[in-house]
Amino acid sequence: MSNNIDLKKGLNIPISGVADRKTRKVIVPDVVAVKPVDFRGLKPRLLVREGDKVLAGSPVLADKESPDILFTSPVSGTVTEVVRGEKRKLLEVRIKADEKQEYLEFETGDAKNLKADQIRSLLMKSGLWPSLIQRPYGILADPQAKPKAIFVSAFSTAPLAADTEYAFRDEMGNIQTAVNALSKLTDGGVHISLNAENSNGSLFHKLENVIFHTFSGKHPAGNVGVQIHHISPIVKGDTVWTVSPLMLAAIGRLLNTGKYDMSRLIAVTGPKAKEPAYVKGICGMSMKDLADFYDNSASDIRFISGDVLTGTNIGPDGFLGFFGNQVTLIKEGNEHELFGWAKPFRTKLFSTSHTYFSWLTPNRKYDMDTNLHGGPRAFVMSDVYSKVLPMDIYPVYLIKACLAGDLDKMEQFGIYEVLEEDLALCEYVCPSKIEFQSILSDGIALMMKEMA
Amino acid sequence: MRKFIDKIKPAFEKGGKFGCLHSTFDAFESFLYVPDTVTRRGSHVRDCVDLKRIMIIMVVALVPAMLFGIWNTGYQHSLAFGLTDWGFWNMVGYGLVKVIPLYLVSYIVGLAIEFISAQIRGHEVNEGYLVSGMIIPLIVPADVPLWMLAIAVAFAVILGKEVFGGTGMNIWNPALLARAFLFFSYPSMMSGDTIWTAGVTRYLAEGKAYASGNGLVDAFSGATPLAHPSQAGLEAAGTDLWDMILGVIPGCVGETSVIAILIGAVILLWTGIASWKIMLSSVVGGLAMGYLGYSLGVTDLPGYYQIVMGGFLFGTVFMATDPVTSAQTETGKWIYGFLVGALAVTVRLFNPGYPEGMMLAILLMNTFAPLIDHYVVDASISRRAKKIKTA
Repeated sequence: MSNNIDLKKGLNIPISGVADRKTRKVIVPDVVAVKPVDFRGLKPRLLVREGDKVLAGSPVLADKESPDILFTSPVSGTVTEVVRGEKRKLLEVRIKADEKQEYLEFETGDAKNLKADQIRSLLMKSGLWPSLIQRPYGILADPQAKPKAIFVSAFSTAPLAADTEYAFRDEMGNIQTAVNALSKLTDGGVHISLNAENSNGSLFHKLENVIFHTFSGKHPAGNVGVQIHHISPIVKGDTVWTVSPLMLAAIGRLLNTGKYDMSRLIAVTGPKAKEPAYVKGICGMSMKDLADFYDNSASDIRFISGDVLTGTNIGPDGFLGFFGNQVTLIKEGNEHELFGWAKPFRTKLFSTSHTYFSWLTPNRKYDMDTNLHGGPRAFVMSDVYSKVLPMDIYPVYLIKACLAGDLDKMEQFGIYEVLEEDLALCEYVCPSKIEFQSILSDGIALMMKEMA
Repeated sequence: MRKFIDKIKPAFEKGGKFGCLHSTFDAFESFLYVPDTVTRRGSHVRDCVDLKRIMIIMVVALVPAMLFGIWNTGYQHSLAFGLTDWGFWNMVGYGLVKVIPLYLVSYIVGLAIEFISAQIRGHEVNEGYLVSGMIIPLIVPADVPLWMLAIAVAFAVILGKEVFGGTGMNIWNPALLARAFLFFSYPSMMSGDTIWTAGVTRYLAEGKAYASGNGLVDAFSGATPLAHPSQAGLEAAGTDLWDMILGVIPGCVGETSVIAILIGAVILLWTGIASWKIMLSSVVGGLAMGYLGYSLGVTDLPGYYQIVMGGFLFGTVFMATDPVTSAQTETGKWIYGFLVGALAVTVRLFNPGYPEGMMLAILLMNTFAPLIDHYVVDASISRRAKKIKTA
């Protein structure tokens, strides 16, 4: 066990609605969606038409750049609708599930003796290759590349995130299989970061064939990008892959059973969730399947696939993302508040700033909503951002470089090391209400375009 | 109220009857109500702090200095004229008569320009001027002609801020620019017929310069103990250290009382708005230069006198810490603060022409803050590069 890395900076957002450690129901999917927008920079090629029959594991989309990378259907059923957005951008492929699920069988052979090439082609064929995220930029992993190492964060510090110890308590066998397979794709080994609080008691601690690290601290200590920054920073020319425990479990299941089985425990959380708890569901499932968790009669709920910092607003008819094992329900804060900013106390709201008094009640949880709490301004305050970013990076300089489109500066200020999720807290605390994440997305898109 | 606003709102939106006044309407609406805007992209929840809150706390922190300044204006007036029968309310009353017009001019001129430029750019009106407008009357002599103040404010807001793109983009602290403008444009108007140190000395020595009718202002920075920074000079003026800490001395409206300023400093530090690093390092810098001067015999006042005299503390607490114009990096803040303090005292000690060095020191360091940051950031980049190589 290597030494603990203690991160002093960060912030746990005290939002109410943490999921109870129990599984309330098993969801039988009705309509599910495959969403190419879950993957950065993907140019999808549609492989099915409306009315086509698919099995769980049948290809639905392919990557135009490397056509071997397939995206497959999580259920067996019928393609009902192909949803396109502006400029005919492909948004969703909706599939109506059959009552009885049938799986395409993949020939896996003996998982232990698979060669690196066989693992690669198996993952690409089955639709699980996209679970590997390549940094810099957080894109689909390049099948030709040999990454420096593969990193996994075995815990999440994101607001209300699913508890990995609970969600994967039955999956450790699958995860071990996946780790064994993936370790053949790199020379640098599979690095697993544990939470220092229970590093020895963690289920993940029993894994073999991995390199352990431990981290302690507030969010974003559980972000894999922050962990890589402290284990082995990414420099120009490096390629590393990251994969979540959720996807490791799916890969392991494929190798053990030969099935593309994307079922998972999903945490339904947030202030607007009634009796927040876990459900057994599947990626791409519809929010309508969660109907007994909320009362949206006033249509004032925002449905987020993911956590409140980085998730996607998918709406009441939306679908869970490929990587998602959390749904957050919060109130839309489209209300005017009389003299809000001038009131000495706003006891129902949380602020990290000491200009309010919520810091005196550190254990309180708040029913947060989506109000912006102010208007957008230029950067004014300079010391609020570094307090929530435990990385040796100047976030404001990086963001300004992104705004200016200055590639050299972006490189110098560490754009290879960060993804949106790592700067999400800067966005949360920003009194000028600057959209760090979307500015960074644009910066990354520019880097990919110019450096390609 | 809300209904009324919702009713008139469409007229101010794009294409409405008063569409050209959109920013103005928005400013008033968001002054009354936190907007109903929701997050569109990125983080779905946001901290409830915004710039309005930060600015209003700054304003609150300035209130003690303002209240004391109002009283002290009257008090100095009564002293200068030997009005021994004046009670507390007489002094406050006189102070209000003097100070309220300064505020009116400062806010009306400044905010008008802010609103117009926001309108031209189509931005929301930035609340930054609430603070600048609060500071400006506190750092000018109470007797400054109002038209001069108006020009100074206009200069500071237009050339100091709006040409750079508004609050957050400016290089120099706008309040200080207003003062610098007055200082360099109207030195004679601000200091009477004679060269101003002489007039001030006479006023302090005889206590009747105002009564003699030469128009010398009774609360001018140059008339502070800074004009005669020596033990003998202070004794001649009858000023001791406690007077300076309490602030019962002549000076700019809001900068005399160490105690009132420290109350403001506590508010700023408690709320974390101002950087304690800048404040501390500025005081350290001032003390260091003060004692250096003391030991070299440039002055016979121990170093801590430099801190309590003149605008040093006011500048350190409220203006050097301006988050926009100070250094942005944490290491840079130490360097920046120290140099502000050291330069302020250096100017005082070695340049009798400009006894109040604080203004110049802060403006100069405002100018160099981006340079300091540049080197700090450069050092960080090369440190990162090295660390990665060894790893």
